[in-house]
Amino acid sequence: MARISLKVNGTQHVHEVEPRMLLVHYLREVLSLTGTHVGCDTSQCGACTVLLDGKAVKACSVLAVQADGSEVKTVEGLAQDGRLHPLQEGFWEEHGLQCGFCTPGMLMAAYGLLQSNPHPDEHAIRAGLEGNLCRCTGYHNIVKAVQHATKTMAEGTSKTAAPARTVGAA
Amino acid sequence: MATQPGNVERLFGKAMKRREDPRFITGRATFTDDIKLPGMTYAVFVRSPLASARIRGIDVAKARAVPGVRAVFTGKDMADGGVKGIPAGWLLPDIKLTDHRPLAVDRVRHVGDAVAVVVAETPYAARDAADLVEVDYEELPAVADAVKALAPGAPQVHENAPGNRCFHWEIGDKAKAEAALKGAAKVVKVSLVNQRLIANAIEPRACAASYSPATDELTLWVTSQNPHVHRLIMGAFVLGIPEHKFRVIAPDVGGGFGSKIFIYPEEVAVSWLTRKLGAPVKWTAERRESFLTDSHGRDHHSQVEMGFDAHGKVAGLRVKTVANLGAYLTLFAPAVPTYLYGTLLNGVYDFPSIFCEVDGVFTHTTPVDAYRGAGRPEACYLLERTMDIAARTLQLDPAELRRRNYIGKDRFPFQTQVALVYDSGNYAPTLERALKMVGYEHFRTSQAEARAKGRYLGLGISTYIEACGIAPSQVVGSLGAQAGLYESGTVRVHPTGKVTVLTGSHSHGQGHETTFAQLVADELSIPIDDVEIVHGDTGRIPFGMGTYGSRSGAVGGTAIHMSLEKLKAKGRRLAAHLLEAAPEDVEFKNGRFSVKGAPDRGKAWAEVTLAAYLAHSMPAGMEPGLEETSFYDPSNFTFPFGTHIAVVEVDIATGRTELLRYVAVDDVGNVINPTIVDGQLHGGIAQGAAQALWEWATYDDNGQLLTGSLMDYGLPRADQLPKFETDRTVTPSPVNPLGVKGAGEAGTIASTPAVANAVLDALSPFGITHLDIPLTPAKVWQAVQDARGKGKG
Repeated sequence: MARISLKVNGTQHVHEVEPRMLLVHYLREVLSLTGTHVGCDTSQCGACTVLLDGKAVKACSVLAVQADGSEVKTVEGLAQDGRLHPLQEGFWEEHGLQCGFCTPGMLMAAYGLLQSNPHPDEHAIRAGLEGNLCRCTGYHNIVKAVQHATKTMAEGTSKTAAPARTVGAA
Repeated sequence: MATQPGNVERLFGKAMKRREDPRFITGRATFTDDIKLPGMTYAVFVRSPLASARIRGIDVAKARAVPGVRAVFTGKDMADGGVKGIPAGWLLPDIKLTDHRPLAVDRVRHVGDAVAVVVAETPYAARDAADLVEVDYEELPAVADAVKALAPGAPQVHENAPGNRCFHWEIGDKAKAEAALKGAAKVVKVSLVNQRLIANAIEPRACAASYSPATDELTLWVTSQNPHVHRLIMGAFVLGIPEHKFRVIAPDVGGGFGSKIFIYPEEVAVSWLTRKLGAPVKWTAERRESFLTDSHGRDHHSQVEMGFDAHGKVAGLRVKTVANLGAYLTLFAPAVPTYLYGTLLNGVYDFPSIFCEVDGVFTHTTPVDAYRGAGRPEACYLLERTMDIAARTLQLDPAELRRRNYIGKDRFPFQTQVALVYDSGNYAPTLERALKMVGYEHFRTSQAEARAKGRYLGLGISTYIEACGIAPSQVVGSLGAQAGLYESGTVRVHPTGKVTVLTGSHSHGQGHETTFAQLVADELSIPIDDVEIVHGDTGRIPFGMGTYGSRSGAVGGTAIHMSLEKLKAKGRRLAAHLLEAAPEDVEFKNGRFSVKGAPDRGKAWAEVTLAAYLAHSMPAGMEPGLEETSFYDPSNFTFPFGTHIAVVEVDIATGRTELLRYVAVDDVGNVINPTIVDGQLHGGIAQGAAQALWEWATYDDNGQLLTGSLMDYGLPRADQLPKFETDRTVTPSPVNPLGVKGAGEAGTIASTPAVANAVLDALSPFGITHLDIPLTPAKVWQAVQDARGKGKG
């Protein structure tokens, strides 16, 4: 077992983990942050994308021990100060999700994209998200969602309060 | 957004933001793999690496010795424990049924067939132990291709199905079609492959089961599109668990596309294991398991003959199809290449005669069943690809050939040559609108100019028909369905006037929590925030059939509508009693029951709902409470339609196709939420376009899946697709009171032929008439080389 210490969404955690444990399994199984999903086993789908020290990474391709001493941000940490992140708002406003399974990874990949290129055109958005698979939307509204977010970020911050509750299925 | 009494905004037709989105965009949704129960154990399945083999023995000793392992079971253990085979849900005359054991007992019949299951305290320990299970296989000859499987001497998949033929099925008038083809001025003959596909919902299949000795109830969480179907089949046929002691929950489900309809071995095994071990058990598929074990789709080889008269009018159609069913019959498998395919071969055209025959064939491959569109895309691709080949043969413009042959708008309801009666339709306007949007005449000029410069542009048209909400139950029963195809909807009004809706439909991306709430808020004139939609839990909802075949709006929505009508009628009677008026004099408008002509003599919605539960003053014979349940069994299917046009450029140096534009004009009847309908179409178009260009599940001759991961299988990515240009016409369905048809599969049905036709149009200077999909760079490049070798292009 190996001892790791890392900050996730602003909270410091210390755990003993198997050296082979993937970061995504650490987040989901140890920290119960189940917003980060696993959609494949060959690092193609991007559903597990998180930010590791500010960079978008596929958490299925990082060992938890490699994240020792790092800062991780997951979808659960996107909304700040009671407001949705502009990307979350964009996905909601532009119907950028259907089943919602790829969405957390898509949001975090888009977050990484906008950090390196705050004003991507449609081509740059499509190229920037080619490592994330969505089977529901055909990407049309995901592109619009990211465009919505870039506009919001240029104007200031998201106007949408983070919902206190969510309507739920069973 | 909220509707206030007296100021009611109609929500039917409004592009509302989805109410379910907040939990998904904040990471707070609950997918099956997110469920963690105290003492949870984890299952991993041991799978056959061979397509066909006899199991000589299984040694589980090393696996059992791994620390943390609770148990290892084989197919024999499960059979000895009373677990039966998984049945097919649709029977055809003289069909050969399969003994589909959750874990293979003595024979494996496809790569990925499960032979043993390991349960351990951690997923990693289970995985380690699964690798130590030693299976002694005697490899047997295998056959993966359905046409080869029909050949004399082919390896046999099941002893009870000689020649690997599961069924032979026919529809239409053979003699009439043959006579028509004989008398036709021109007969276009083409051989088409509709390749095998894999649904690849981004959430892999998963299940978790827990047994409570205190209540003797078993709870199964499962990635299902239809939890009651799971409960019924697993309870009644496979596991023998009484339905009242078996709760199936399909929580948030990450896409289905058909692949999560069926009853899978892992779900059976996990439900059995939790009782056996006295601990909760969870299994989640790895993507490679999705490729090997999720039911696949399509896989048809067809011979087509389409006859035309001297004026370019269709004279007759004859189709002979070989459909690959894979190794076992799963739930809808027999229906997909028959009643969901042959009956759609009339398309949008006025064929005077049609005959279709289908051989369903077993092979040593993963089972094939419904995948988005299920039979209808195969029919549409066949018709629309052949139409384009015919246009070239007859030297007619492909738009003009279609225009000449559409069923006229005054012909509805329209009796087809293949059993169905189309409810309503008006096809030509969708073509004309799409041609205008794409700038058809201008395109042909640009195309000619580009060709002169060595650039190969192509445009492809497809006019499709879709059949949604397959029904009525009596008819589908007579055709072999082992279930009814109605839907349930309960509307429970609480004393304060708030509303809980329990629907038998299941949303796995379709947005029912929004669209169904729009219907309810509209009818009751209450704020949409006062409405909760509950689905996916047999412990909460009435028996329902679930979501597939684009049925939720037309069937599930109508069931809710019927309950709303009953509620309003009861409310009106109660209000009349309270107002001392005759019920026929009371109207319900803007959230208020009032006496006609005396609007101030009235009762607000919440006053009446409270009165219903206080029951202090009720009309004679009226029961207290305000809750209604309806089961809606439609009188017919609904038939959406539309025209899609793709524009592509083929780089003949590399064979690579770029999708430049995509125009879609659809008619799905009345639209409850245009944003959601457009979204469904976008996703469908992407899947269908990907079938035309990239996706292909292909096996080698030994039955090994060559495209068994996302590295090999061409799922479309954001940088491969254009934005979609959509518009619609509205021809309401007369079948249901909402006038809705269905939109879930339309895009997939239309787009494959549109894109394929565009590529073949681009390649027309090379004299290339047809290539089978997917039109990969390698295939296109080779075809261009071959054509050039013959001096073309």
